Amino acid sequence: MAVETQAGIRTIRYRDALNEALREELARDESVILMGEDIGVFNGAFKVTAGLLEEFGERRVRDTPISENTIVGMGVGAAMTGLRPVVELMTINFALLAMDQIINHAAHIRYMFGGQVKVPLVVRMPQGAGHQLGPTHSHSWEAFFLHVPGLLVATPSTAADAKGLLKAAIRDDNPVVFIEHEYLYGQRGEVSDDPDLVADFGRAAIRREGTDVTIVGVSRMAVTAQRAAQGLADQHGISAEVIDPRTLRPLDLDTILASVRKTNRAIIVEEGWPHGGVGANLAALIAEQAFDDLDAPVGRVTGADVPMPYAKPLEEIAYPHEKQIVEAVLATFGDR
Amino acid sequence: MTEHPLPDPDVAIEWLETMTLIRRFEERAGEMYAKAKVGGFLHLAIGEEATIVGSVRAMRERDYLISTYRSHGHALVRGTNPDNVMAELFGRVDGVCKGRGGSMHMFDIERRFMGGYGIVGGNLPIAAGFALASDYLGSDDATLCQFGDGASNQGTFGETLNLAALWSLPIVFMVTNNQFGMGTALERHSAVTDLHKRGEGFGVPGMQCDGMDALDTYAVTCEALRIAREERRPMLVEAITYRFRGHSMADPEEYRTREQVEEWRKRDPLITFGDRLVAEGVIDDERREQIDKDAIARVDRAVAFADNSPNPPPESLYDDIYVLGGQVRGWWSLDERSPTPHRGEDERDHDQQRYGEDATPSTGEIPQQMTAGLQYREESH
Repeated sequence: MAVETQAGIRTIRYRDALNEALREELARDESVILMGEDIGVFNGAFKVTAGLLEEFGERRVRDTPISENTIVGMGVGAAMTGLRPVVELMTINFALLAMDQIINHAAHIRYMFGGQVKVPLVVRMPQGAGHQLGPTHSHSWEAFFLHVPGLLVATPSTAADAKGLLKAAIRDDNPVVFIEHEYLYGQRGEVSDDPDLVADFGRAAIRREGTDVTIVGVSRMAVTAQRAAQGLADQHGISAEVIDPRTLRPLDLDTILASVRKTNRAIIVEEGWPHGGVGANLAALIAEQAFDDLDAPVGRVTGADVPMPYAKPLEEIAYPHEKQIVEAVLATFGDR
Repeated sequence: MTEHPLPDPDVAIEWLETMTLIRRFEERAGEMYAKAKVGGFLHLAIGEEATIVGSVRAMRERDYLISTYRSHGHALVRGTNPDNVMAELFGRVDGVCKGRGGSMHMFDIERRFMGGYGIVGGNLPIAAGFALASDYLGSDDATLCQFGDGASNQGTFGETLNLAALWSLPIVFMVTNNQFGMGTALERHSAVTDLHKRGEGFGVPGMQCDGMDALDTYAVTCEALRIAREERRPMLVEAITYRFRGHSMADPEEYRTREQVEEWRKRDPLITFGDRLVAEGVIDDERREQIDKDAIARVDRAVAFADNSPNPPPESLYDDIYVLGGQVRGWWSLDERSPTPHRGEDERDHDQQRYGEDATPSTGEIPQQMTAGLQYREESH
């Protein structure tokens, strides 16, 4: 459980940080409701909503049938008429069943109705490989949602961001796709117990300062990138700066560009597929804005271009680890 | 169907006036489409006026109405100014949605007309969300959700009816059965053609009404709304109706016979309801003619208004994608340097600060690759 380190700061798991955010916002604002499959009696497939049904009752914490498109759509409608629904989808793969409501409706309604209405909806979903869940439960698809004007997209990689960004998402008046990570649920980090502390979207975090290369890591890859940076320092004497964008819409390109202008090298690391991915987009933006500052082409480290395999040895090589990041960084230095 | 007594004369006359307004509005919209004043798709509700007026008049002012891509009539019956509905068809700034939605996406928050939706079946979950909010907030507002027979085959139909029944939501689902899902006849798209029976398995009892008869539609919808509101039980109402015109303006109507259309036209709700008002002495022929003239004149004014309304300015392109001020701090949604051929208002101001007044983007400054699209737009109007 929680370990006090200093006044108000505890070391808690990412999933418990999310739980705190939900609990605090439910307590703070009567218009917040939770909907999702097995979030109540079952306490959530990943236990993020544990205890909330007991505390807030079934009027506010609603177990739903397995009807992804409809529960997101009900969230859209309730958001248009006065509530702040938070809908949980059990994995990001299941979000595909709800794409009509997320994109055609949640993202477009304000615009297509001339700004007459707002849609303060949060759709939470976990992503990521590593648990041998095969091709329908393991993907990383920030890129699908990054593509869509009208949505905000958060990809927290720390327990503090899990809490702070989720609170911000719930309080904001725009629809937010909030992408959690299955691996990160069990990771610990320092988190404030201040219920008024809310993180900002559109502000990247420099997770490690460095001078030789910029590594941008998205979602879980922000963590993997930090480990790779440590390896680069220890074994290759390379000082890597690690940036975690934290949100992809809006995006803090300034922090990334400032870093690239300092290091003159950039590597983007994501768990998703290579083509049309977050890295492809960031590489284009960096090339457009900081071409003259680059000493090497922008590199990308991505998941393999395959549906996720079940077999452990194949799954292991289908998403990035420190090794691939180190290799990509070394490649920008030529034969070093 | 049972013959219902007429409502009070004022009410009956208002119904005839509104049905007539919808009819004449739709006819003019079709003409404007032919003149290329209206772009995109145009779906007319000619023939369905009794379904629209009878059902919506059963609602309270605070109830929520939600509809489909065939929704001009729903805006008009809720009292939205025809000027603004026509201006939306014309894609002008004074359109109900500032020219962002067009024919398929009308909306009027003040009158709780919660929109026309272009995705078949997409509006059902959203409607249940309104009912959930009403219920949660402790109001006795109900929701009337209209969709077509085609939508009853979407997954959202079963999903939403199940959830509405499970959560005892105050909502009436009304399937406007106009006999065709686009060009596919009812018996060719539905194994069970008695659509009102389709809710039973989900715990949503069904009722049927004669959608060509405003009185029957009104009576059945009133009862359905009463049950939904007072007993907290969702209901499914099937209105049997017919659209006299094609699915959209681009419909050669090869899927039905002229004879079938003629047969249904004998039950034209404008004619039958008007005849009845005359027969029962509520209006005389002269008044009936005047109602029609007034509707035509009103629609003429709407066309003139729409024609005089300006096009949305280019710098409004990025308006209203987001609610600004919270987590979104500018018109851009990803980054202000995102590649973009058009620029928003804030960016224009930014350019003026950087380069002075002359920097306001004009057509000439739009990058080469975009000019083809702009020319096409000008020609098509």
